Amino acid sequence: MSGICKRFPGVQALRDAQLRLYPGEVHVLMGQNGAGKSTLIKVLTGVYPPDAGRIELQRRPVQPASPLAAQQLGIATVYQEVNLCPNLSVTENILAGRLPRRWGGIAWGAAHRQADGVLKALNIPIDGRQLLSDQPVAVQQMVAIARAVSMDAQVLVLDEPTSSLDENETAQIFAVMQRLRDRGVAILFITHFLDQAYAIADRITVMRNGSFVGEYRPLELPRLKLVSLMIGRDFSEADATPPLPMDAAEAQVPVLRVRGLARRGQLHPLDLDVQAGQVLGLAGLLGSGRTETARLLFGADRADGGSLSLEGQARRFGSPRDAMRAGLAYCPEERKTEGIVAELSVRENIALALQVRRGWWRHITRLQQQALAEHWVRELDIKTAGVEGPIAQLSGGNQQKAMLARWLATEPHLLILDEPTRGIDVAAKQEIMDLVLALCRRGLALIFISSEMPEVLRVSHRIAVMRDRRKVAELPNQRLTEADIFRVITASQGEPRQKEAA
Amino acid sequence: MRHSAAPLPSVGSLWQACRQHSLFWPCVALLGLVVLNGGFNPGFFSLSWRDGHLYGPIIDVFNRAAPLMAVALGMTVVIATRGIDISVGAIVAIAAAVAATLVGGSLVIQDGQQVYVTRTSLPLALLLALAAAALCGLWNGLLVGVGGIQPIIATLILMVAGRGIAQLLTNGQIITIYYAPYFFIGNGYVLGLPFTIYLVAALALLMGWLKHRTALGLFIQASGANPVAARLAGINAPLLIVAVYTFCGFTAGLAGLMISANVKSADGNNAGQLLELDAILAVTLGGTALAGGRFSLRGSLIGALIIQTLTYAIYSTGVPPEVNLVVKAVVVLVVSLVQSPALLARWQSRGAPAA
Repeated sequence: MSGICKRFPGVQALRDAQLRLYPGEVHVLMGQNGAGKSTLIKVLTGVYPPDAGRIELQRRPVQPASPLAAQQLGIATVYQEVNLCPNLSVTENILAGRLPRRWGGIAWGAAHRQADGVLKALNIPIDGRQLLSDQPVAVQQMVAIARAVSMDAQVLVLDEPTSSLDENETAQIFAVMQRLRDRGVAILFITHFLDQAYAIADRITVMRNGSFVGEYRPLELPRLKLVSLMIGRDFSEADATPPLPMDAAEAQVPVLRVRGLARRGQLHPLDLDVQAGQVLGLAGLLGSGRTETARLLFGADRADGGSLSLEGQARRFGSPRDAMRAGLAYCPEERKTEGIVAELSVRENIALALQVRRGWWRHITRLQQQALAEHWVRELDIKTAGVEGPIAQLSGGNQQKAMLARWLATEPHLLILDEPTRGIDVAAKQEIMDLVLALCRRGLALIFISSEMPEVLRVSHRIAVMRDRRKVAELPNQRLTEADIFRVITASQGEPRQKEAA
Repeated sequence: MRHSAAPLPSVGSLWQACRQHSLFWPCVALLGLVVLNGGFNPGFFSLSWRDGHLYGPIIDVFNRAAPLMAVALGMTVVIATRGIDISVGAIVAIAAAVAATLVGGSLVIQDGQQVYVTRTSLPLALLLALAAAALCGLWNGLLVGVGGIQPIIATLILMVAGRGIAQLLTNGQIITIYYAPYFFIGNGYVLGLPFTIYLVAALALLMGWLKHRTALGLFIQASGANPVAARLAGINAPLLIVAVYTFCGFTAGLAGLMISANVKSADGNNAGQLLELDAILAVTLGGTALAGGRFSLRGSLIGALIIQTLTYAIYSTGVPPEVNLVVKAVVVLVVSLVQSPALLARWQSRGAPAA
């Protein structure tokens, strides 16, 4: 039995955290954002030195001083954001730094054979000669795993590898994980998805506020118990069930009316209507065209067909600037790269869109910005040490709330939320959804995009189901269930052709 | 004020706060060079009052640093947008050439005396020279902001072509300027201080005002730090980029006027030679990252002063001019290393276990 045990009475990030990994097991680490999962992993993989505590690898104390040292010890990590070189081939990525050489050059034949061997062992169906950037994210993740495995890792750490994958792709990753588990690798898997945790875990460790809460077998741990352990309070069944949708007047002029919006290669012509005080959910698997729709609506990409009218007025958005001036707001899917400006303060991030809307000349003074930011920090309960701190220091959920604040400050007529709950903890997800419902009660029209069907079901009045870059159905949310939506997604497979012919 | 409400900070915490300030190391470097200068040349701090003018090495440093300070200020906002402008030296030459050809100075007999008069009215000549410089900046801005060309390549075009344009304007010769009022821009004094200092101060104040009292500071920093997010927040990045390059061209034009008025001539080939590199250096020394985002106008001013003080120190300490550039490089290397966050982290992690 080999195990890693570590405890360290740290300052704040980790207090007596511990973790035991066994060979041939998938160990899931769960906890809210800020629970200390990432810190714990970074200590394990040598990114941070621990203040105190011990790490043992196969009963021998080890102290990885850097990620490289950890790798040499056999602890390999795959991070949430793929950490590879997209402009190189799959082979080069897998063997980077260890490419076989001959006569001072690289022995490409041997390299490709070696890489293909690794890929084959994991049953990853790609050719090592292909360029990594041509592969979907899921395959890139698998390549990252293959790279980790090819270094003879005894311990494999997977930090939310599935957060941007759809179910099929997740299943592929799981298959790879299972194959590795059977080979005796100890796998540490971090995820926010309960379903995934239960699907693959042999053991679950729960963390909260930097401390170890407990280690459980999944069978002994009902879901609600797990969630209440994570958030530290009882999580009543009522919170999880969707409320009955309010019926809003269908007759009024829609805030947004879209006819035949399309862009070649991204979205087939699509019609949408969004009413004031209503949430339109966009449901569909990853790559079904949800984000593309949002980007076209907001002018982030230019549509090459169709018409759009906002509150009865025909509009054409050539840029996000046009769209925001007309009263649209868009919280993009990739919060870190497209949403927040990490270098700037919470105050500046919140004031940004309003200032843009007012123009550069009508300056919002620093004091006004402060007041504005503080108002929204209170209103949305954003947890921050102060509005002057860099936004990068906030947890994911609070960053997301700051994004909401940025857009709500512009008093939009229509708010598009693309995956607002991705990568944030359970409690923050609840808060975001409550906020969505509160906003729509105040008369705002919203478009809500999420990969998590229960969330879409919970907040949406109507649900547009997307598949293969087209809208396949629009359902009023009257006691709809996840199964209904999935039925639509799968049943519609034959339909598109008929539609095209018509 | 908020400061008075807070408990009086201890000397230690004040020192900590100073060290954390982004301008700490640039200021230390500048002070170090000033002390070095004072050590080798006790007369460095001397100031004398002659003919209603304040003279002294320090005044001289400021006066000579003025063109570089102007260009560094313009370069700062360009760099903040993740850009760079290596054509400023050429723009200096163009502005100088335009001013020199328009002013020139023709010999006429007035009241029985020989006097030089300007060919074009002086304000018009200055305006046209600055406009030409701004036009150069506009060209750069269009290439980068609208054309989407990499900044270093886009401005390389004008860096090369600009010298040619300047030489065309001067017919390949060094034009000597004879019209005395023009010299005021480079050599004049107001209230005892060189006019160039006022010019730079006015420019710095204008930019500080634009940065803090309009939203331009926020927009530039946001789009430099995260262009994608800035675009999705509605910022018109192409327009912003065109504006900052145009402004940078304008500041280079201002520097061109100062330089040509100081040396009373316009040299299409050599005016402003390598000024772009000094300007980029000044910006970097001042703590503005080449990666874009946050920028410091004060830092760039201090950076420009560091470079000029260093040059002064090299001459006054008797270092042979041949090794001038090497010494400059070493000082810059040290200042840059001290500011490197990676090195700082390494230093601290080494210090931690021992403590």
